Amino acid sequence: MSRLLRSFPGLSAYAVFYLVFLYTPVLLLPLFSFNEGTIVAFPIKGFTLKWYAELAGQEALLRSLLNSVIVGGVSAVLATSLGLFAARAYVRYRFTGREMSEALVMLPLVVPGIIVASSFLVLFLSVGLKPSLTAVILGHTFLTVPFAVAIMKSAFDEFDPSLEEAAYDLGETVIGTFRRVTLPIVAPGIVASLLVTFTVSFDEFILAFFLAGDQPTLPVYIWSQIRFPAKLPNTLALGSCLLAFSVLLLITAEYFRRRSAKRT
Amino acid sequence: MITLRSEASQGMALSAPATLYVGLLVAAPLGILVVYSFWTQTYVSIDRTFTWENYRLAVEDPLVRHLLIRSVWIAGLVTAATVALAYPIAYFIAFRTRHKTLWLLLITIPFWTSYLLRVFSWKLILGFNGVLNSALMTVGLIEEPLTFLLYNEVAVVLTLAHAWAPFAIMPIYVSLQKIDRSLLEAATDLGCSKLERFVRVTLPLTVPGIIAACLIIFIPTVGDYVTPALVGGSDGKMIANLIQVQFGAANNWPLGATLSLMAMLAVGLVAGCFVLLSNLLARRIR
Repeated sequence: MSRLLRSFPGLSAYAVFYLVFLYTPVLLLPLFSFNEGTIVAFPIKGFTLKWYAELAGQEALLRSLLNSVIVGGVSAVLATSLGLFAARAYVRYRFTGREMSEALVMLPLVVPGIIVASSFLVLFLSVGLKPSLTAVILGHTFLTVPFAVAIMKSAFDEFDPSLEEAAYDLGETVIGTFRRVTLPIVAPGIVASLLVTFTVSFDEFILAFFLAGDQPTLPVYIWSQIRFPAKLPNTLALGSCLLAFSVLLLITAEYFRRRSAKRT
Repeated sequence: MITLRSEASQGMALSAPATLYVGLLVAAPLGILVVYSFWTQTYVSIDRTFTWENYRLAVEDPLVRHLLIRSVWIAGLVTAATVALAYPIAYFIAFRTRHKTLWLLLITIPFWTSYLLRVFSWKLILGFNGVLNSALMTVGLIEEPLTFLLYNEVAVVLTLAHAWAPFAIMPIYVSLQKIDRSLLEAATDLGCSKLERFVRVTLPLTVPGIIAACLIIFIPTVGDYVTPALVGGSDGKMIANLIQVQFGAANNWPLGATLSLMAMLAVGLVAGCFVLLSNLLARRIR
């Protein structure tokens, strides 16, 4: 044991094996989405793009895609606005209740999804809000606030407060300073937060499943398709698009996050 | 003093929207769940007389008890498996590689893809006519498809251990990264073997990271719906599946509310005990 710990050839091998474990399910969907055969099994029959081509004409799919974009866009803007101000307060000001407030806004990360989903459904209906995109937006905003706060906090962490003081001294108002000094500097952080919260909302299933009613989002639509074996190849193609899209958004977000770190 | 107060009020004002929004959406649904749990469903309408009936039903029903215990049990297994699998990776990234950022990025990318799709992918991998079976048969390692892969607890644990990987790696990595390297040198200078050094210095110092990882994984996993529904079969169903039925096909919202509350209570109790125990244990090791 101690010899193994000393040299560690095993640990690197384990790390590589672990990456294979992490990536297999993610890469499997795209791999089989190009498979001509209709069952997901080896050997692969042949290369085809027809499953992707078939997606284009499906109206229910396109409608759910549009729903997801609306929900993701609005929740991202709402969560990022809330996160922007809260993060600014947490980094810049010392006030009573700060720690409690910081802990509270992180709570949505750890509450079990089914409990959030079921309790929101009951709450919304009892205040007269029927399951709809609005309900999903409210839910997703709740769910994505912690991501926005965390990203905006790291953006403000890099921010030098003396820049603001300089602006005040030169006669800018509080709002003017925020708009002309603070905002431009943390802008990359805002973009990163928008992209991340959009992605989280775009991929979220259980809340949307409970709250969407007859306006399914893309994951809810996929859920309804998973049951039909005949639809499997199309579901794979659709899933692969979704995977690629999420990864693309995140790489962009990461790029902006790094830029915000570098600029200051 | 005046500026101090105005700073404080500015801070409060800025953080108020987020705090209120999250606070309201934590408190209000919880309150309404509690209220609902004391009502009863009579076919299409809800009887609003106060009653303990749902709780009695939930406590006495062997299915509910069984599912609650199994949810906690599976979540515990998932937590243990995920943390055990993740610890060496966190250690590797913290101590054995120079490309830390790259590794951290590689590990988090899969997490950002749709959870639903990843679970679905495991279903395709583990299925009777699935990827793994067909691959093994093509290679010639097995003659007949293996049947024990899908629709059981093991499939649920495997899928969830995959889904939660970055949540375990990150906090453990952070706590490993924080360790003052001179402490490790001191341990070596004082004659500790590498194994002793790990057990007596490194491991105790990462206990906060391990506890954080366990909680982050355990709490949401108890209420997971997608994984048991897709890969659990009848042996792997969990409490969330029963809750969903109450809000869906069975249309018994008061019972669903009761079950949600009981699941939350179970999570809280187990997590609380866990934190207490691990703190005690950590003090003992030190």
